[in-house]
Amino acid sequence: MLSLTIREVSLALREGRISPTELCRKCLNRIKKTQHLNAYITVTEELALKQAQEAETRLLQGTPRGPLDGIPFAVKDNFCTENIKTTCASRMLKDYTPPFNATVVQKLFDQGAVLMGKVNMDEFAMGSGSTDGVFGPVRNPWSYSASYREQTEATPDSDWVITGGSSGGSAAAVASLTSYLALGSDTGGSTRNPGALCGVVGLKPTYGLLSRHGLIPLVNSMDVPGIITRSVSDAAIVLGILQGLDIKDSTTIPAASSLTELPEQFDVKNLCVGIPKEYHAPGLSEETVAQWSRVADMFERAGAWVKQVSLPHTQYSIVCYHVLCSTEVASNMARFDGLEYGHRSEVDSSTEAMYASSRHEGFNDVVRGRILSGNYFLLKQNYEHYFVKAQQVRRLIAEDFKHVFSSGVDVLLTPTTLTDAACYSGFTQEDNRTRSTQEDVFTQPVNMAGLPAVSVPTALSRRGLPIGLQLIGPALQDWKLLSVAQWMEQRVGFPSISDYGDSSRNDTGRSKRERTSAV
Amino acid sequence: MSVVSLAVKRSCRGVSLKSCNLLANDGYSITNEEIFHRRRNIFLQSHNTHLTRLLSSRPLNSKVPQAATWEPVPLDQLPPPVHIPADLLNQLERLALVDFRTKQGLACLEEAIRFADQLHAVGTSGVEPMDSVLDDRSLNLREDAVTEGDCAEELLQLSKHTIEEYFVAPPGNIPLPTREERATILKHSE
Repeated sequence: MLSLTIREVSLALREGRISPTELCRKCLNRIKKTQHLNAYITVTEELALKQAQEAETRLLQGTPRGPLDGIPFAVKDNFCTENIKTTCASRMLKDYTPPFNATVVQKLFDQGAVLMGKVNMDEFAMGSGSTDGVFGPVRNPWSYSASYREQTEATPDSDWVITGGSSGGSAAAVASLTSYLALGSDTGGSTRNPGALCGVVGLKPTYGLLSRHGLIPLVNSMDVPGIITRSVSDAAIVLGILQGLDIKDSTTIPAASSLTELPEQFDVKNLCVGIPKEYHAPGLSEETVAQWSRVADMFERAGAWVKQVSLPHTQYSIVCYHVLCSTEVASNMARFDGLEYGHRSEVDSSTEAMYASSRHEGFNDVVRGRILSGNYFLLKQNYEHYFVKAQQVRRLIAEDFKHVFSSGVDVLLTPTTLTDAACYSGFTQEDNRTRSTQEDVFTQPVNMAGLPAVSVPTALSRRGLPIGLQLIGPALQDWKLLSVAQWMEQRVGFPSISDYGDSSRNDTGRSKRERTSAV
Repeated sequence: MSVVSLAVKRSCRGVSLKSCNLLANDGYSITNEEIFHRRRNIFLQSHNTHLTRLLSSRPLNSKVPQAATWEPVPLDQLPPPVHIPADLLNQLERLALVDFRTKQGLACLEEAIRFADQLHAVGTSGVEPMDSVLDDRSLNLREDAVTEGDCAEELLQLSKHTIEEYFVAPPGNIPLPTREERATILKHSE
């Protein structure tokens, strides 16, 4: 039951094959069994059971609120949740309990979805491994799968692999079958990257399509709430519910489509699929190239027109992102001074001294480093040289995409990450900035341009770990993008994690695959 | 290229694929011996030749580039590395209200600047800076009317120190102590 998709479990709930409270209890048990993954920061057990009970009443009365009524979900810990701690995995907000819900969270509550808890991440979403949060690193559930253990002879306790990040807890929650959907956030790839490494679907919608109200900001001009699910059609259901104008976020734009279902049969004949040649970047693994090529072949054989295209400024995108991200971080993090909310130092010799020591104690090295470099790029003497320069390069990157899409390309096919998931021990040998510049290379250009993109699980590597590919569409073409993604999903034959044994280490029995309808 | 199918039984989404193997699910096959080599190669952290051979058995799609199409900007094309003088360091710490903590923090900033310098390899004369991807449309404005508020209580509760309806701050108008003094305070506060 736990490995079903939202679509399938929603049907099971309506048909009375399982009740929302039973389902909720199963998920809570599974969270306990998979505690070693460190996916959850806060488990909202009491609230979940209460919400499940309410959903049960509605279902029994035959008046469910929609496809998500009674469905367990998880929320990244940088979305505000009323009366539930929201920490951003930082000491700064360790005890912060917001008095309101983020719009996207409220919308899920309004649909009757059941909150299982708040999930782990890199501190303030700055990172690409989910290794840099105050609550410790998240472990990739595939570390415990038979596929990985058999292929590499790894011992999960020492050779476990990272989830990617920064929404690693969200991806781990969905992949380890403790939630059917999770909210992540995506500023430079933070939803798609862990989606790819954990073998789940990671959708970054068009900028402005989903409200950012209540999402603790990282880079305002790039942040988008992300959606993590087990299937593309599930992501579409959630997108349909979350999209649209929000009076509390002036950067939201109306949805181009009020669709809630993807077409069952989608014809890729005459679809133009672009392969941006710059996405063969230094360090791309041969296995990922092979998958990229395999899927390009698939499109070609089905009658799509696959052509190589160029996005000439791609290589500078990560550099540009690095500057814009640090500068916006420097400005955004100014709000944390210990006075109105968040961590406050004991030092009280002066206001300035209190500010400085609260921030020293509250932020980790990564956050402090980005604040300092952001302030450097914003110095009067550097402002034009770095900040304005980066904004100009940003326009060139956005225009690259515009040119390609106006030349008739419908969708771009690229890798999501350079390689499959790295071992924690190896990953942490490089610093956060170096890792981010490597890991975000294929994902952040899309944030620069505000476009929709989705990572689709494609195959297992020879280490038995997931490889994902990314599809990118023109702005506001999220639905067409998902239709193409679903077409691809139906054909790549990506296995379910439940085929490879339980990721809870106490349980040695392999759970039988329950998915039946995905093809 | 040997084509002994691996005896793994795994079902891929909806399709039972007994011959399905590790690299791809549509027709590659590998031998046990190669797996052994690969394991060893993973262990040695070296790129193995077996994989190359394996891939070459199935040519890449002609639209997918065979090799990396670019390289990072060579260091000799970048401006000389920036050195941050002590007074600038102090200025940054005062502005940012965070400290570098260690020498490593400073090295990190210098590397971040060096990385950013690659931007100067791009010609941008006459390019309009881009603040937002929505700069080509007008955004939704709501009615200019009060719709919520009166939540002082709720907000004050979030603060560690309040008196009546005020946030309480330590004495103001005192400049941040000197770097040395700061270091002592911060050390003390850890």
